[in-house]
Amino acid sequence: MAMFSSRNWREYPQRYRMEASRFKKSGKTYFPPRTVDPETGDTKQEMVRLPEIGKLLTYTVIRVAPSMWGDEGPYALGVAEMTDGTRVMAQITDCDVEKVKIGMEVRVEFRRIQSEGSAGVLSYGYKFVPKWF
Amino acid sequence: MREVCVVGIGMSKWGEVWRRSLRQLFVDAAMEAIKDSGVDHLDSLYVGCMSSGMFVQQEHVGALCADYLGMAGLPAARVESACASGGIAVRQAFLEVASGASEIVMASGVEKMTDCSGDDATSALAGAADQEYEVFHGATFPGLYAMIAHAHMDRYGTTPEMLAAVSVKNHHNGAMNPVAQYPFEVSVDRVLGSVMVADPLHILDCSPITDGAAAVIVTSEEVARKLGKPYVKIIGSGLATDTIAIAQRDDITAIKSAGMALDRALKMTNRKLSDVQFAEMHDCFTIAEIVVMESIGLYKPGQAGPAVLAGETALDGKFPINSSGGLKSKGHPVGATGVAQVIEVFKQLTGRAEGGRQLPGSPKIGMTQNMGGTGASSAVHILEVA
Repeated sequence: MAMFSSRNWREYPQRYRMEASRFKKSGKTYFPPRTVDPETGDTKQEMVRLPEIGKLLTYTVIRVAPSMWGDEGPYALGVAEMTDGTRVMAQITDCDVEKVKIGMEVRVEFRRIQSEGSAGVLSYGYKFVPKWF
Repeated sequence: MREVCVVGIGMSKWGEVWRRSLRQLFVDAAMEAIKDSGVDHLDSLYVGCMSSGMFVQQEHVGALCADYLGMAGLPAARVESACASGGIAVRQAFLEVASGASEIVMASGVEKMTDCSGDDATSALAGAADQEYEVFHGATFPGLYAMIAHAHMDRYGTTPEMLAAVSVKNHHNGAMNPVAQYPFEVSVDRVLGSVMVADPLHILDCSPITDGAAAVIVTSEEVARKLGKPYVKIIGSGLATDTIAIAQRDDITAIKSAGMALDRALKMTNRKLSDVQFAEMHDCFTIAEIVVMESIGLYKPGQAGPAVLAGETALDGKFPINSSGGLKSKGHPVGATGVAQVIEVFKQLTGRAEGGRQLPGSPKIGMTQNMGGTGASSAVHILEVA
């Protein structure tokens, strides 16, 4: 399917800068940003950027990957809890996939993610790398 | 609300059914259900279908199915909630009959998944997850459930052997089901020795890609009595949703929507979970069955894996799960699965389960749990012998 670039650049604030929404009433931060706070129904919010450090809550190693990821497999993918408590899913890169562990500290880096759709729009965003790198 | 009953069931052939199209699969199941029930007309039709648009580029499935059933003119609509589409088709039929708006409604589901490449099928199925924040980063469905599995193993000590035991049990049951796509036994060693898809899930932890359709006739008790055949009552129906992405959930090791849907279904009845004797559960991956067992309150967190290993959910166990073979062995044509679960419970309650998988002791109450995506939606039905 053709992928229009608007679908890509619309997400830049999240993919490039990890912009999240923090609601005034509850003080809760959501990533990706939401219009409505699920806890309070509040819509008053400010933009905050997520911290760049987190800890892996869970992960997997994708060994059978769709062909668009084929030349990158096996790749690790995980959910990290960032230092402010928000949770983010991203690939874990720059490390041996066999050494990825729950509880591992990760840092966010800006990387090429994929080329989307038949138009091959290059998409960039965040990936996790082990913190010791 | 008035009493609602299931009076007839029908299934197409399930598997890689290259000779049958989307519409033909539906008609095969629908004709069988009509014949089985003895009804002489339908008042409306619901078709659960997840992604015919991506699998075979066909939308507008409600009209298509009514048309090819020879009933153009019939009120008909498609219901979509990913892999819970079928369960929700049953729920819509239930509500329509319960409200008194219709007397005889067909709840059906269909999916034609093998007319496209495995890659295209994977990408269609991924539509049940969060495209921008999961799939964009390389998540596949096995990958998402694998992350649930790793978190569960880390917190509760669940092992790959416990996951494999779900597959072994469901294949054992499916081997007795004449409609099952993969009606053969597997051993724990074979599951653990099969190709790793997404750590810690092997290919034999995963349900397959399947063509197939299923249909049930839902009606009032008055009509059911007049038809004069064994029927079952739908005594409870519950539906619940959760965040679309697993990262947004407080607890990645639970599927909250399953518990909420069950509570809502039970609330319609004067029954408790302990009155329910068996279940068809959404074992799209082996870990899913374990997590759902815990999330509906059947077992404490961390206790479901050991219970499966101990045989507590086998055909002769204290709470049999997936006597049909489940999604794992019977197959998983996503839109049809929720309807087929109701068919298995109907068969068990009316003594019609084939091949030696009929549950002992004539059970009176059974349930179905059908879910979409990683549990962002769950539909539960409780059925009782009439």
